[in-house]
Amino acid sequence: MIRVENLTKYYGKRLAVDNISFNVEKGEIVGLLGPNAAGKTTTMRMITGFLAPSQGNIWVSDYDIRNHSLEARQLIGYLPEAVPLYTDMTVTSYLDFLARIRKVDKNTIKSRIEEVINICHLEEYANSIIGKLSKGYRQRVGVAQAIIHKPKVLILDEPTIGIDPLQVAMTRQLIRELGKESTVILSTHILPEVSMLCERVIIINEGKIIAEDRIEHLSSLISGSKRIRLEVEGPSKEVTDRLSRIKGILKVSYENHHYIIECPPQQDPRAKIMETMVQNGWTLLSLESIDMSLEDIFLKLTTEEEPGE
Amino acid sequence: MKNITTIAIKEFKSYLSSPMAYVVSGIFLALTGFFFSISSATYFETSIRGFLGIGSILLLLLAAVLTMRLLAEERKLGTLELLLTAPLRDSEIILGKFFGSLGILAAMLVLTFYYPILLLIFGDPDIGPIITGYIGLLLLGCTALAVGLFASSLTSNQIVAAVVAGGILGALWFAGSAAGLLPTALAEIFNYLSLSTHFPDFMTGIIDTRSIIYYLSITALFLFLATRSLENSRWN
Repeated sequence: MIRVENLTKYYGKRLAVDNISFNVEKGEIVGLLGPNAAGKTTTMRMITGFLAPSQGNIWVSDYDIRNHSLEARQLIGYLPEAVPLYTDMTVTSYLDFLARIRKVDKNTIKSRIEEVINICHLEEYANSIIGKLSKGYRQRVGVAQAIIHKPKVLILDEPTIGIDPLQVAMTRQLIRELGKESTVILSTHILPEVSMLCERVIIINEGKIIAEDRIEHLSSLISGSKRIRLEVEGPSKEVTDRLSRIKGILKVSYENHHYIIECPPQQDPRAKIMETMVQNGWTLLSLESIDMSLEDIFLKLTTEEEPGE
Repeated sequence: MKNITTIAIKEFKSYLSSPMAYVVSGIFLALTGFFFSISSATYFETSIRGFLGIGSILLLLLAAVLTMRLLAEERKLGTLELLLTAPLRDSEIILGKFFGSLGILAAMLVLTFYYPILLLIFGDPDIGPIITGYIGLLLLGCTALAVGLFASSLTSNQIVAAVVAGGILGALWFAGSAAGLLPTALAEIFNYLSLSTHFPDFMTGIIDTRSIIYYLSITALFLFLATRSLENSRWN
């Protein structure tokens, strides 16, 4: 559905996207994952036609964005990171304007607006001025405009940022629903969001793709080892020594008064750790398993080895 | 064409829902009305020359104010991203915005029709110069709006857009005055390029095709530049 080939973007002399290529199949939900300024937004802006690539090309369905930009744009629904709203318009008139410029059939505009208002749960605010809506509702209006013309492709840039947790859950549910009919590319820097929504992940850092895989593979990569953090009252050297002797523990490190323990994902050494503590008369102040953060994955991917082909 | 109409209507409506258009029209009507009544009362003229004289200059200033938000605000709010990712040509966006603002300007001119109507009721004015005067104002207005739209396409700051538009329009208006200081060949060019040298004909009832072509070509030039400037934002 989307084919990105050798895409490169310079802002002046600064290289923002560096020769990236990927495909997104019809009906897939793909996550673009990466830290801030990794090139996610720039990539999305090039797919949607807002920015022209410095080099490379993009095909949306059969249309390439260089020669058939209008046809390509017609297929795309786009929610930018800063939700683009005409704050002086009402929700309905805003959606009406967008339906018209995206060539929704005149006779169906009215019913389509009602439909998306229902989908995005905006019934109460259909005739409110957008400028007076709260942030979460503005986000929903943003989603509503993105789907008004039933696009085959949805591009969502950080769709859950800056809204409250309940709204986040609703937005995710909505994206899942939309993903049944459309191809979705969404960007995020929240790791759990990716595993919740996406079937495949493309990790971008400094304008390059550093990993691209199905979510199952990525999560095994993430949980290549499980990590547990301990806070113990006791002599650090001895504690480290005794802990590393426990069967199933791969590595023990001591930093900032905490012990970080790594072990294979199928092992659970917590009972044994407790036992060791009691035997030696040390006081265990806290014990928690920690998820690998995005930063850890980046470190892992960029330092340990070349990303797997 | 449909896209242009859609955008023009949207712009026209959003003018009506903000105070700007009303303030601008109010000032325009108050000042031109004052000069119209002064000239009618002082010179016992049954013409709208007093209105046209001040109206032409005011139109330039007000066009700069009317157009300053057209693209600068979209850039600032991020809604430009909506327009530039919609299946619209850049030229359609520019033309839609141009015609939207032209609608407001035309409405403003229609509101001044009561000057000639008063003359018709209480006197026997020469209709010719009145009609050509309005044609002249409309053409001058088109030019000023195109310049303003171009200025608005350059920045995300509305004030900067208005000042740039005012600067370009001022330079074009006074280019004729600078002609006196220049050698003949250059002076003719400056005279031709000046917005002000083409206007007096319209006030006296003359329709010179050269003047019409002049105003329309300057309008087209700045609409073209605005389109290029919009296109250019995709490359940065």
